[in-house]
Amino acid sequence: MDCAIEAVDVTKVYRRYAHKRQFATLKSALLSGSLIRDLSPNDTFHALQGVSFRVPKGSTYGIVGRNGSGKSTLLKCVAGITKPTTGRVTVDGRVSALIELGAGFHPEISGRENVFINGIMLGLSKREVARRFDEIVEFAELEDFIDAPVKTYSSGMYMRLGFAVAIHVDPDVLLVDEVLAVGDEGFTHKCLDKFADFRRRGKTILLVTHALGLVERFCDEALWVDAGTAKMSGDPRRVIGAYVTDVEKNEEATLAAGDARARQVADAQPVPDAADEGAFPQNPVSAGSAPDDMFLATEGRWGSREVEITDVRFLGRDGRPGHVFASGEAVTIVLGVRADRPIADFVFGIGIFNADAVCCYGTNTSLDELKSERFEGTGEVRFAIDRLDLVEGTYKVDVAVHARDGLPYDYHRLLYTFRIKSRVKDVGIYRPEHRWEFSGAITLRPVLDGPGDVR
Amino acid sequence: MLHNLANLRKYRGLIQSLVVRELKARYRGSVLGFFWSFVNPLLLLLIYSFVFTVVLPGTHPAEIEPYALFMFCGILPWTWFSSSLLESSNVLIAGGNLIKKVLFPAEVLPIVTVLANMVHFFLGLPILAGFLIYYRAPLQMQELIWFPVVVFVQLLLTIGLAFIVSALTVHFRDLKDLLANLLTFWFFATPIIYPMSAAPEGGRTFLNLNPFTHLAISYQEILFYQGPFGHWKWLLALLGGSIGLFLLGYFLFDRLRDSFAEEV
Repeated sequence: MDCAIEAVDVTKVYRRYAHKRQFATLKSALLSGSLIRDLSPNDTFHALQGVSFRVPKGSTYGIVGRNGSGKSTLLKCVAGITKPTTGRVTVDGRVSALIELGAGFHPEISGRENVFINGIMLGLSKREVARRFDEIVEFAELEDFIDAPVKTYSSGMYMRLGFAVAIHVDPDVLLVDEVLAVGDEGFTHKCLDKFADFRRRGKTILLVTHALGLVERFCDEALWVDAGTAKMSGDPRRVIGAYVTDVEKNEEATLAAGDARARQVADAQPVPDAADEGAFPQNPVSAGSAPDDMFLATEGRWGSREVEITDVRFLGRDGRPGHVFASGEAVTIVLGVRADRPIADFVFGIGIFNADAVCCYGTNTSLDELKSERFEGTGEVRFAIDRLDLVEGTYKVDVAVHARDGLPYDYHRLLYTFRIKSRVKDVGIYRPEHRWEFSGAITLRPVLDGPGDVR
Repeated sequence: MLHNLANLRKYRGLIQSLVVRELKARYRGSVLGFFWSFVNPLLLLLIYSFVFTVVLPGTHPAEIEPYALFMFCGILPWTWFSSSLLESSNVLIAGGNLIKKVLFPAEVLPIVTVLANMVHFFLGLPILAGFLIYYRAPLQMQELIWFPVVVFVQLLLTIGLAFIVSALTVHFRDLKDLLANLLTFWFFATPIIYPMSAAPEGGRTFLNLNPFTHLAISYQEILFYQGPFGHWKWLLALLGGSIGLFLLGYFLFDRLRDSFAEEV
């Protein structure tokens, strides 16, 4: 098939200058005779390394990747704004790049004049802009403000006008860099409709975005760029799947590092002497007896350490340790505990809080009507949750062991973090297992490959 | 390079609308608006007249009268020249958004700057014409035919320099400040507020090396002095030089073009 965009072995090297070159002056460069040396880079940064891809005519192609992975550089190379250091990019047909909307607007002059100038900048003739003018203004929903200077526009109006002009250039190849975030829901839908219209008319779209659902739904093919290299390309679902897995792995590492730091902080807090027992300055609560105060406490660790929590782990499905779980997955919180002397009065407790510090769930062995009898040496406490039906988000965990009257032995406040991932963007805290049922003349169908299908 | 140069013709519409935008935007919000294009040179003329007739009388040769008119013939084109270059030094950095985010022919920006200033120059001409009529200075049609030629030479020279200045300032930001001082020096090294004849013998060669000397003398001969336009040989030589400078400027600009998107 014919290619609309063909990138072959594209490498982009940015130069870095260690001599703080932006502050160097022509005079000093001339005086010290370092002009030539300063102009030569002494460090390079490979924004792209040998990326190749082909976009067939009439298809929609998605590019995903982490921040700073080189997506936008790639798009700029395709747009011709920068040239690849080596390799080549060929584009067949008129290109319009939605990289920054309204980049050429002049704040002092009216929207009307800006539409004309922007259109001409993007390659239209004056007559062509005039013909599309009404359509552009209508699309931007700015009929009442088109004669006001652009500086009086809100940022949404500004973006809408920029988008409207760029999309009405009627390019053969449309490059889109994460611009759908502008405007309200209604406008976003309009933009998506416009893209769909483009597809129908056999135009080519290259989409750079973090909206993975959009790529899955819209694109015929996807490319995952990671640290300047093409990591994977092909079927969007497969590419997105691999990308999401990789992102989770990274989040996992970040959360694990955060937990390790929290634990270090906690361990650094001194175990109080016997003399201080019962009077804990940083302890605002005696857990269990005054739960209201507990919500005010900030993260930390306190307690007399008659029983000590030595280790906290999260286990997911199959008992693999981790910090990122799917909503509805089985999760087990494992506490390693130790008591140096035999003890009969102890209660184990767990609390789960969301990012807004709302307690999602809290319980302890006493509330669950278990009475302690004896503990000495080391042991392991497992708090097993068959289905952790929380919505997507980051959650913090309290773990504690204390006496029945609330006197804390070892209280770990908000020291541990896990993350719940979900394809469904529902809201709230708790997701009850559910399904929809319809009777009568109601028909609905699942959005194809959309995020609507709960599995 | 030649291919890109040929492309310039395609951007006519863009250049035209950008010049119009530049002019519209400049005085937007001011009370006098476009009137400033007339008032600015008039005020400048008043200041110079005041300085050289009231504060420092007798510093100029007696045969050159009215002295204010003489100065005005040089100051008006100089203003076009110097503000074009000063604005060019900043134009790529100010238009960074365009260069970085839109596929935009960067050479359009210095050209637009020079052309917008040329329009201001043209708007100052009625003031000059008014003074010429007021002083009943003799104008001859044969001489006036040369006027567009002088303007064209100046246009080529200014655009050529604007290319160089704008491209280099991207890499050396302080060229901008350097340029402001250089232009002040250049102004006094050009026979604008003094006639060439008043220059010391030894300095003549130096003044002759200054391209703007010949532009200033040409304007003065056409508009101020009587008699046939005798400076045309110099002017044609300068035309050749200006074409060369224009091409050199464009060559340099074209070579540095790819670095703009990264540096601005």
